[in-house]
Amino acid sequence: MSRRHKSAVTSSARRISAMMLRHWYLLRSSWPRLLDLIYWPTVQMVTWGFLQYYIASNAGFFARAGGTFIGAVLLWDILFRGQLGFSISFLEEMYSRNLGNIMMSPLRPFEFIIALMVMSVVRLSLGAVPVTFLAIAFFGFNLYAFGLALVAFFFNLMLTSWAIGIFVSGLILRNGMGAENLAWSIMFLFMPLTCVYYPVATLPTWLQPVAWLMPPTYVFEGMRALVIDKVFRPELMLDALALNAVLFAAGVFGFLKLLQSARRHGSLMQSGE
Amino acid sequence: MPQSPPIAVERLVKIYKTVPAVDGISFTLAPGTITALLGGNGAGKTTTIASIMGLITPTCGRVSVLGAQMPQQRYRVLQRMNFESPYVEVPMRLTVRQNLTVFGKLYDVDHLRERIAELGHELDLIELLDRPTGNLSAGQKTRVSLAKALINTPDVLLLDEPTASLDPDTADWVRARLERYCRDRHATLLLASHNMTEVERLCERVIMLKRGRIEDDDTPAKLLRRYGRSTLEEVFLDVARGNGGEAREAAQ
Repeated sequence: MSRRHKSAVTSSARRISAMMLRHWYLLRSSWPRLLDLIYWPTVQMVTWGFLQYYIASNAGFFARAGGTFIGAVLLWDILFRGQLGFSISFLEEMYSRNLGNIMMSPLRPFEFIIALMVMSVVRLSLGAVPVTFLAIAFFGFNLYAFGLALVAFFFNLMLTSWAIGIFVSGLILRNGMGAENLAWSIMFLFMPLTCVYYPVATLPTWLQPVAWLMPPTYVFEGMRALVIDKVFRPELMLDALALNAVLFAAGVFGFLKLLQSARRHGSLMQSGE
Repeated sequence: MPQSPPIAVERLVKIYKTVPAVDGISFTLAPGTITALLGGNGAGKTTTIASIMGLITPTCGRVSVLGAQMPQQRYRVLQRMNFESPYVEVPMRLTVRQNLTVFGKLYDVDHLRERIAELGHELDLIELLDRPTGNLSAGQKTRVSLAKALINTPDVLLLDEPTASLDPDTADWVRARLERYCRDRHATLLLASHNMTEVERLCERVIMLKRGRIEDDDTPAKLLRRYGRSTLEEVFLDVARGNGGEAREAAQ
């Protein structure tokens, strides 16, 4: 049979592309899904943009630190939307009662994860890229002026969002739709500690070490250093990368363990509560 | 070297918390046969099928499909298996062609376009290929699910209630397709069904389950003789109501 002679890599790539195609077809067929990708980031950016505009006109420091709020909103959206894009693509399989077909197919868990990671980037790009252009048009804030630093910020934030998205998907796989709300809300648990809108020094001293355990904290600090002091701090990005490597490995490990547990408990046959 | 049987279940036990869903069942299926798993609700049919598919890890015992231990070695054989169940659906927003393309790629099917066209003709789906699956009638959706189950021309096909909620004409049409597929491809079919007419027509072997155990296992004709009944439905009721022993004695 010719399929036996195909390399494992080619077959694997074909399965990953199949899953991406499935979600691309879905997005293409549904304008409410496309609208949902773009409207909330736009609302956030516009709200925070006007707030910053107001503060900047009343305080010297913020006048100097112009862009930190919009920058923070846009970077937060990468983190939040990255995780949501991953988790929603996973949830779509539950909503459509298709998970049994997926789990019974030759698709490996790592291929499923890779496909969802790529789809999270696609979903994020569809939603966030137009908003970054709106930020230029409305407030003169050009995220792309960060240059290579933006690549480091983006990569680190995406790694965190994938790690959390993978783990949450494992929880949903094991516990059913009862865990769905986690997909929508878990990132907000990290929001105060990752210091999106304020420096880590604002936190009580005892809480600061906890904040430094979270990779996005380094990104937001790095962004403020770049906007306020015009300095790119690569050491922050390397620290974030190291923590992300641990977090991502923990997310994948957690997913595989939860999948194993789902097989033991028979949860893969159910997609309800 | 002798070929491994398509499906071999050996002393399979599955306990959920403290409740045994399957309690030490063993059977082997021969290639090119159609076998039914019969039993009332909670008899262990779905758990048995899920164990064969590798969706469940057995508490103890062994399940092998085409020589691969399930679920540990499932990726060796999943490409040669498939299944259909009314409890699992293909994505409704995608067109029939999109769904078959996605599943064809997942199963790494060669010459996918030709295979979709072939299935379109076989299952009378040509007119429906570019319509969203969600807009189809129940009977049409079942045909799409069947096309998905046959996209990789599986050697082992598992079917859970393949004709549930279908009108008699469509159900008969589906049975004829399954029969032909099994004959033409020498495939092994295992189906769980409550439809006794379907079982009598399609299956050369019936495994009757009750409370997770095999209560009886034979051809439909031999079961009818053994229980002194004229329909499988009566045999099913004897077994389900615990009158199997009496019925057998009376028949002897």
